[in-house]
Amino acid sequence: MTVIRLRGAVVLLGRYPALASMDLEVKAQETVLVQGPNGAGKSTLLGLCAGLHPLRAGTAAVLGHDLAAERPAVRGRVGLLGHDTALYDDLTVTENLELWAKAARLPVAEVPEALDRLGLSARLRTVSAGRLSAGQRRRTALAAIALRRPELWLLDEPHAGLDRPARRIVDELIAEAAASGATVVLSSHEPGRAAGLAARTVTLTGGMATADAA
Amino acid sequence: MPGQAPRRSRILETWRDAGLVAGKDLRVEWRSRATLGLVVPFAGLVLILFGFALDADRPTLRLAAPGLFWLTALFVTVVAAQRSAAAEAADSARRMLLLAGVSPGAVFAGKAAAVAVQLLAVEAVMVAGVLVFYGVRVESVPLLAATGLAATAGLASAGTLMAALVAGSRARETVLPVLLMPVAAPVLIGAARAFDAALGSAAADGWRWLSLLAVFSVVNFVLGAGAYGPLAEEA
Repeated sequence: MTVIRLRGAVVLLGRYPALASMDLEVKAQETVLVQGPNGAGKSTLLGLCAGLHPLRAGTAAVLGHDLAAERPAVRGRVGLLGHDTALYDDLTVTENLELWAKAARLPVAEVPEALDRLGLSARLRTVSAGRLSAGQRRRTALAAIALRRPELWLLDEPHAGLDRPARRIVDELIAEAAASGATVVLSSHEPGRAAGLAARTVTLTGGMATADAA
Repeated sequence: MPGQAPRRSRILETWRDAGLVAGKDLRVEWRSRATLGLVVPFAGLVLILFGFALDADRPTLRLAAPGLFWLTALFVTVVAAQRSAAAEAADSARRMLLLAGVSPGAVFAGKAAAVAVQLLAVEAVMVAGVLVFYGVRVESVPLLAATGLAATAGLASAGTLMAALVAGSRARETVLPVLLMPVAAPVLIGAARAFDAALGSAAADGWRWLSLLAVFSVVNFVLGAGAYGPLAEEA
């Protein structure tokens, strides 16, 4: 089964073509590393697959939904870690995850387990998200994704800002997701750090896939 | 009838989500104490300064009280709506609700409700202020209360929509009042006329003005709920 199918996909950020005629196909249960220099279109590609960006040209389908018409349906089935962590600064870590769980119809009772999984201590859980370090914020955002257990994980620079123990926790989480049958697409501009997680590497340049290697 | 049950369930879910968003916004607001600590003193100062500007002439103040009251409420709306939109923009937090599948209409209703609750709290203090400082007397409590509720709903809806509209603009702090004032003008006019009757400061058919005000407020809410979706989408 194909989870992501893009044909000549174009995404504009303002007037700038962040994705220019992008072709990509990702099958179910694949783990794919997307690499490329800054500005290559990695984050935009993940945002498009999460249903955040409108498709300007070409065709795109994610999890069987046409992105031209069914973006809200896609959003409800993916887990996206973006550059921004999408947390409310004035809510604590636990309050952020409980809000997410209630809004996404996920079991609130599993919030502590998800926070445990990402190594977020009891002390940190009562701290406002605005006071967390960048790495702690990313771990909180990953805990939200782990809580949803999505079919498709879209992780933009998942190791950014993390120390070595936290990187190991994230690597284990990604490996577990892949082993459980989820499809994972992660991006990195430092491929060495994430290459061990993926069986396939797609290289982007100027908003297009220029290389695809298993 | 087939299809009625899912539709009812969708409506219930929308209200549930709106309650979730309103609860979140009020919790954020309570934690920052901005409404209590900054906006209430701001509203009080504006009312007092209007008094000084009119030379503390009580008959004049009594006549001007409804207009001054709702003008101050408009300033408070600008502050509350701006803060509400800023909370969504920081770190792309609004993306959480978007990816959770909360409908834009529910987000709008929740945010407008939270702004309305803050406005009502400030207005309660302002009513006490105009009674004490301007020496007005309330002739009709039901009309005063109904006008307060309808006008607050209209201002909160317009403020929430306009704040979302300018959220991506660099000059949002300046642009919001410029955009909000013309949109809120019908609500302000209706509210001031209905307050004229409720406070006995001018002969006016307050209930008729209230009906007109209610129509403006419903239009603001419906337009806001419909237009918020495209604004919440990312380019």
